[in-house]
Amino acid sequence: MADTILVVVEQREGKLNRVSWETLTAGQALAAETGLPLEAAVAGSGVEKLAKEVAGKKVGKVYSIESTGLEPYTPDAFAAGLKQFLESRQPKLVLMPHTYQVRDFVPKLATAMGRTVISDCIGYKKDGEKLLFTRQMFQGKFAADVSFTGDPPWFVTFQNGAFRGDKVEATASAAPVETVNVEIAENTIRNKPHEVFKEAKQAVDLTQAEIIVAVGRGIKEQKNIEIAKQLAEALGGEIAASRPICDSGWLPMDRQIGSSGQTVAPKLYLALGISGAIQHIVGMKGARTIIAVNKDSEAPIFEIADYAIVGNLFEIVPPLIGEVKKAKAGS
Amino acid sequence: MKILVCMKQVPQKDAPLKLNEAGTWIREDVSYEVNEPDAYALEEALRQKEKHSGEVVVISAGPARSQQVLREALAKGADRAIHLEDNAFVGLGAFNTARAFAAAIKDEKFDLIFTGLQSDDYGYAQTGVILAELLGWPHATIIMQIEKGDSGIKVKRELEAGYFQFVDMPLPAVLTIQSGINKLRYATLIGIKQAKNKPLRKVALAEVQSALGGNLQKIERLYVPHKTKNTQFLEGPPAEIAKKLAEKLRNEVRVL
Ligand SMILES: Cc1cc2nc3c(=O)[nH]c(=O)nc-3n(C[C@H](O)[C@H](O)[C@H](O)COP(=O)(O)OP(=O)(O)OC[C@H]3O[C@@H](n4cnc5c(N)ncnc54)[C@H](O)[C@@H]3O)c2cc1C
Ligand SMILES: Nc1ncnc2c1ncn2[C@@H]1O[C@H](COP(=O)(O)O)[C@@H](O)[C@H]1O
Repeated sequence: MADTILVVVEQREGKLNRVSWETLTAGQALAAETGLPLEAAVAGSGVEKLAKEVAGKKVGKVYSIESTGLEPYTPDAFAAGLKQFLESRQPKLVLMPHTYQVRDFVPKLATAMGRTVISDCIGYKKDGEKLLFTRQMFQGKFAADVSFTGDPPWFVTFQNGAFRGDKVEATASAAPVETVNVEIAENTIRNKPHEVFKEAKQAVDLTQAEIIVAVGRGIKEQKNIEIAKQLAEALGGEIAASRPICDSGWLPMDRQIGSSGQTVAPKLYLALGISGAIQHIVGMKGARTIIAVNKDSEAPIFEIADYAIVGNLFEIVPPLIGEVKKAKAGS
Repeated sequence: MKILVCMKQVPQKDAPLKLNEAGTWIREDVSYEVNEPDAYALEEALRQKEKHSGEVVVISAGPARSQQVLREALAKGADRAIHLEDNAFVGLGAFNTARAFAAAIKDEKFDLIFTGLQSDDYGYAQTGVILAELLGWPHATIIMQIEKGDSGIKVKRELEAGYFQFVDMPLPAVLTIQSGINKLRYATLIGIKQAKNKPLRKVALAEVQSALGGNLQKIERLYVPHKTKNTQFLEGPPAEIAKKLAEKLRNEVRVL
């Protein structure tokens, strides 16, 4: 068994997914900490060019795992292809970004190998000889340090944003690239995926908004959204929401902020009755100032808020509208 | 179509959670509810049954309290329930939970198994996919639409940032369901009454134990996350908070 750390980067339609660099940064940090050599791999059909791109970073070796069966992506092909590769190399740690694609195939891959995945991690710790991986639990209300109790390969996926992709170290001399052809039998692949598409064009582009007032389930009823709209209007901003609000049809889908909605970076993001689940946070943590109103002092949204108001939004928002109007009239 | 829906009981979203003394789990004296995407999975199963006829069976692994989730599902229209009842199920990893399910249904023949896309407590996002692999079935994750065709199904997968993809796949299959795929129904009074007479099979830990292995991962410590930002808390009566906030908006955030 080779004691290596392997980062499997993600590509779609011939392009590296940017979170790949984050996972590579994590791999570099773990390699430095443990002294284990770092390698990387990219899987697909005709992905050697991408492997070479990765080889420009500080990494011992890059594999391009090739098969025509790997294109288009299917969980069956990816699990089968990577299993062949991993069984021949037996790395100690396998790191991947926690993307929609990875969460679609990695539990299958690990299960097929009799292994486990510590999923959606936000960091790691070294506790003596033991490696601990930190992940959020209870929708971000708690964090847990988790260890592997079985045999390697140990699979870990890292949450989007957990590491800095722009901090990935490069090298002057490119790492060697090795092409590994994997066999994927015709009858392995059962799903027939169609083209990826985007739903109807978005009517509002929240990415351009300077001020956003966002409502979450704390707003309780559809009719209450009116007070948030009034606040947005007073501030000269846009209204937005967490996913459950759009799921309920209280606001249109194009007002949704988060991993399955829009990613915004306004000057001001005012979150009303939003708990702060990671899938929401990734869409708005780039805001310059975050103000959160939540009745629960332990709500995870407060961890990233600049100004926090623990209280009932229905008591806070009406006087705030008044104050904002007053200030605007005065200026 | 015969559909199995995996439904987990999790602490209520608004419940204030406290750590146990060992700092390894939460104190369990809180209110519970059904894991949100699992409620959507049940609704979808009921709609498929209404369209194509068949049977909807619900399954849950957890202590006695989790029977509540199954009772509610029966009241909404599920035909029968399977309860893997034991406190120990709370501590199982996704791998073992899936193995327990596979063992409990080994004599059944389902066309589809639905799980939620992830649980609100552990958040593994793995149980459904693992179950598919254990059964040797194909799977698709984060599903927003299901149509039955002649030889299989066509599902709509949600991808990141507003993208989607249709996938054709054969049956039997496992699907992990995303919240918002449909609109949830409420249980009716008649439904609640009828639920009392619907079958609920209890499966003891001992019956599935031989299918389980040791957990391959272990929570060493559970804790309140460390704050990374220097947050200013604004306090006082609402009118005063509003004043302070307006002042911050003007002088520090500079948007007024
Ligand atoms: C794959 C995937 C993708 C997802 N994509 C997204 C996404 O793009 N965007 C997104 O938002 N979510 C997304 N989610 C869902 C996400 O995990 C959360 O479930 C969701 O963000 C929770 O929304 P919320 O904060 O409005 O509701 P809740 O979590 O229910 O929080 C409501 C909050 O309101 C507070 N509250 C209640 N009453 C009051 C009051 N009177 N005054 C003040 N506060 C009050 C409560 O204390 C609570 O914190 C996704 C989930 C998954 C698994
Ligand atoms: N103990 C359980 N009882 C019933 N369903 C479960 C249980 N654990 C997991 N599931 C199902 O698996 C899904 C994904 O859970 P997880 O892998 O923990 O994120 C949940 O949405 C449930 O549908």
